[in-house]
Amino acid sequence: MTVDETIGGAGMGRPGDDGRFGDFGGRFMPEALVPACLELEEAFAQAWGDPGFRAELDDLLRDYAGRPSPLTEARNLSERLGVRVLLKRDELNHTGSHKINNVLGQALLTRRMGKRRLVAETGAGQHGVATATAAALFGFDCIVYMGEVDVERQALNVFRMNLLGAEVRPVASGSRTLKDAINEALRDWVSSVETTHYCLGSVMGPHPYPWMVRELQRVIGDEARAQTAELLDGGIPDVVVACVGGGSNAAGIFAGFVDTDARLVGVQPEGGAAIGRGLPGVVHGSKSLLLQDEHGQVNEAHSVSAGLDYPGVGPEHAHLAVAGRAEYPTVADGAVLEAFQLLSRTEGIIPALEPAHAVAWVMREAGRGIPSGSTVLVNLCGRGDKDAVEVMRLLKGDPGTGAGG
Amino acid sequence: MTGRLEAELRRRRSEGAKLLVPYVTGGLSPEWTDVLQAVVAAGADAVEVGIPFSDPVMDGPTIQEASIRALARGTTPESILAELARIDVGVPLVAMTYYNLAFRMGDLRFARSLAAAGVAGAILPDLPLEESGPWEAEAAAAGVETVLLAAPVTPDERLAEIAARSRGFVYGVSRMGVTGERASVAASAGVMAKRLKAVTDKPVLIGFGVSTPQQAVEVSAEADGVVVASALLRVVLDGGGPEAVGDFVAGLREALDAG
Ligand SMILES: Cc1ncc(COP(=O)(O)O)c(C=O)c1O
Repeated sequence: MTVDETIGGAGMGRPGDDGRFGDFGGRFMPEALVPACLELEEAFAQAWGDPGFRAELDDLLRDYAGRPSPLTEARNLSERLGVRVLLKRDELNHTGSHKINNVLGQALLTRRMGKRRLVAETGAGQHGVATATAAALFGFDCIVYMGEVDVERQALNVFRMNLLGAEVRPVASGSRTLKDAINEALRDWVSSVETTHYCLGSVMGPHPYPWMVRELQRVIGDEARAQTAELLDGGIPDVVVACVGGGSNAAGIFAGFVDTDARLVGVQPEGGAAIGRGLPGVVHGSKSLLLQDEHGQVNEAHSVSAGLDYPGVGPEHAHLAVAGRAEYPTVADGAVLEAFQLLSRTEGIIPALEPAHAVAWVMREAGRGIPSGSTVLVNLCGRGDKDAVEVMRLLKGDPGTGAGG
Repeated sequence: MTGRLEAELRRRRSEGAKLLVPYVTGGLSPEWTDVLQAVVAAGADAVEVGIPFSDPVMDGPTIQEASIRALARGTTPESILAELARIDVGVPLVAMTYYNLAFRMGDLRFARSLAAAGVAGAILPDLPLEESGPWEAEAAAAGVETVLLAAPVTPDERLAEIAARSRGFVYGVSRMGVTGERASVAASAGVMAKRLKAVTDKPVLIGFGVSTPQQAVEVSAEADGVVVASALLRVVLDGGGPEAVGDFVAGLREALDAG
């Protein structure tokens, strides 16, 4: 496979100076926030090239977050599906998801920039919990914006954030989910930018966020590349699969395999398929693919998973899709619930509803779109504790047999 | 070349007037164009017409509420421009919206439809210098003046470039924050006006939070005038019709004229 290593190309390198990945990305921000974006870009570029910063982050990831996360051979599921399933266990990280990788990096940057207050948006609450955790560790004030719908369906995470000392501000505007939480976080940031860093939770927003968050998440892909190479005698998996909300866990694992022949698959929720059903658009600071009406008003997404309930997608994914390097199928909520149960029963691993999308796609395509005998690496980016109550409600208290697949 | 918006604001300024540019959300109520005309009759020098967007990140609760209400009535960019095309208010109009609405229609088509509806200028607050070049070119080609915004944190060099590239007037943001009524004017408003006046002779207007006649006068000590949005929309959202809004604008006009 030839890889486009050029700046702004499809090789997951640095975006252009204009923050572009192909046609997507950029910095569509009010003037009041441009200096902060420029400051962050410079701070990150410097820090990322600074061995001292990298060593400090690596230590935190190892000693605090528990990295490297294991690679698990999912033998029972593999037998059942006829493909060899490998699970990258980022759900075992401290706080229960991949979000901590990004947040620890941004917390170090916050300190480096001399700021002491974090604002964040959250959907499922995992990014909010991770941010609240880092704020506790670093002694920062922390405000987390969360849509009212999500406050309700992810109540456990709201309580966790409060325990960690963060203030959770419910957002009542618009669809009352992730997109509106981002609006509110940006409104806070423009009023507080002198003291405050916006700790964005995915590969979206204005430059440098999509690039910075991908770089902070690429530890998933780098580890998985080495782990699969060892397990497969120097080989690579045939397929690398991750769920896509904004796309940070997917970008992190893809970054480790973009220069190989592995098929890269980002699984979207049926009700939030920005890639496929969206059109080019500009919201929250970048040009990407976006669910919108004919006039350009942003549509609401709908997903059983709060973390994927977003009408846009990170700009680099839009570029990887257009460039043909990655593909972005969808799965329906029902299949996700089945996958949630199946992985629990077969492997003793209760996944978050988000990565259950990736598992659902593998269940559907094994022996079809994925030839039998293939090796499939799934990014298991979060654990399901936060979803247990919501799934109990959806299943009307019946944990099921998981036989659906 | 100086456009219609800038020419009119310069003319009024040379007469010794402080400039008053109120903001009205397009499609907010069935009688919104009557509100617009009442605003002009009460002494507006130009009017900003907001084209509502689903995700107005620079706006506080009042403009958010106005946007949601307008959208709920089925308001679209096309419906607003069609209504504007049917009237001649006698002062320049400036469309204010977020870039995605222009981008979806296509920059040139959007700019041309503004011009066709008689709109002289455009403000797109989520297009900073680095992103607005292509839009500015298409707008200029269609005869639409693009007003750029400067913020209190804008460094001197950027400020000078914003002032140089802005058309119609230069919009100084009074303080760090979103739009919305405020009990007092931030000290940053005067600083903003002074900094802009030092680098340009284009009209300098200050907006964001200017709510009362007294605040308008205070801000206009340094600036050429003010943009007033949320406080005016509050009158409409609280049930006020063209007459009530006209009274509100007349109060601002009177105070500015009295100095
Ligand atoms: C476990 C988990 N996975 C995935 C996501 C979606 O984010 P992203 O697409 O950026 O990985 C979330 C967001 O809340 C999450 O909690």
